[in-house]
Amino acid sequence: MSDLIDDLAGIAPGSPLDVLRSRRPTARRDVQASYDALIADPRDLGRASAAERIAVAYWVAALSGAARLAEHYRGLLAGLDPDVLAAIDAALPAATTTGPVGSYPPGPLSVEDEAAPEWSAPAGIAAAGGPRLAAALEHAHLVTYRPRDASPDALQALLDAGWTTDGIVTLSQLIAFVHFQLRLVAGFTVLAAHAEED
Amino acid sequence: MTDQIVRYPGVVRPNAFTAERLGWRPWLEPKPVDDLTAEDRHALEGRDVTDPYFRVLVRDPIVLGARTRADIDIFTNDEGGLDRAERELAAAAASRTNGCLFCASVHARFAIEQSGRRDDVQRLLDEGIDAEQDERWTAIIEASAALTATPSFFGPAHVEALRAAGLDDQAIVDVIQSAGFFNWANRLMLSIGEPLPPRR
Repeated sequence: MSDLIDDLAGIAPGSPLDVLRSRRPTARRDVQASYDALIADPRDLGRASAAERIAVAYWVAALSGAARLAEHYRGLLAGLDPDVLAAIDAALPAATTTGPVGSYPPGPLSVEDEAAPEWSAPAGIAAAGGPRLAAALEHAHLVTYRPRDASPDALQALLDAGWTTDGIVTLSQLIAFVHFQLRLVAGFTVLAAHAEED
Repeated sequence: MTDQIVRYPGVVRPNAFTAERLGWRPWLEPKPVDDLTAEDRHALEGRDVTDPYFRVLVRDPIVLGARTRADIDIFTNDEGGLDRAERELAAAAASRTNGCLFCASVHARFAIEQSGRRDDVQRLLDEGIDAEQDERWTAIIEASAALTATPSFFGPAHVEALRAAGLDDQAIVDVIQSAGFFNWANRLMLSIGEPLPPRR
């Protein structure tokens, strides 16, 4: 039974990698279940709307340079909210950088500190998707590139923009899940294309 | 009740990677134990209901349940593939790369317990992912770190190095899933709470 990861990583039914994935059946099933619950078919649209969820997923995948996954989410968002999609596409070039960077509490790890600027959503994001979405994209940018700079202030900014505690939990899971998902696609794509020759 | 962020003024956060037992506490209110529904308790199966981390995450029980089941399968399914110590090594390497002191402490400890290689794990914590290791651990750590970078630069050379070090493709799937999963775990741990100094 193929799933989104298989589709995006080019894993054909019956191929060597399909068999290897099938030996971790619970992981395979529940990665898809996480995707369904967070993004594709969520139960509670009050804490985070369908468009907010897909917009954040697209944003995280695109910021991470995960081309195939980003294209998948871009297609979903195009069908749901083309204005938000246009605003995100306009914001992406200036927002895209590399990571992980950030700062540790002062001490022996300070030599590894690498500062990076905060990203503020341009007015077009809030105009198209509202202040909650603008705050969510700012938070997703922070957690994508500078996860060790996360702070209570960053969560306060989400509350101030209208997110609830439950909504922040779902948003945090969604951002973090897409980082897992895009790495499964990246890793399996390489492995599927370089199968063992034996 | 109006939702609010929980802050802990005045406590000094740990500032170095360690395999000692760190604490962690959330910036979001955990769901009170008395408020847990049957669905919440089902989602918490396999977890400690007194743990504040999981009682924050249980605010989205469907996601927590799916995540826990995936986590356990990725790290403990022993039908072939990578041994437990090296799955934990991949988790620790991802955590070292992302800068999650709490996650790194837990999974460094597990890697030490499972492998008996305290000095090698401590060197990963102290010196980072470029610290000297043997060929096999170097391949696992480098693959985990490459996958963890944004953008990911995991490529065919990493697969070749893992195979040359003796991993079969089931084990490479385990490296990808273990390191990948910690890009989920690290971001949660780092973004909804903070580590506490070692409990002594």
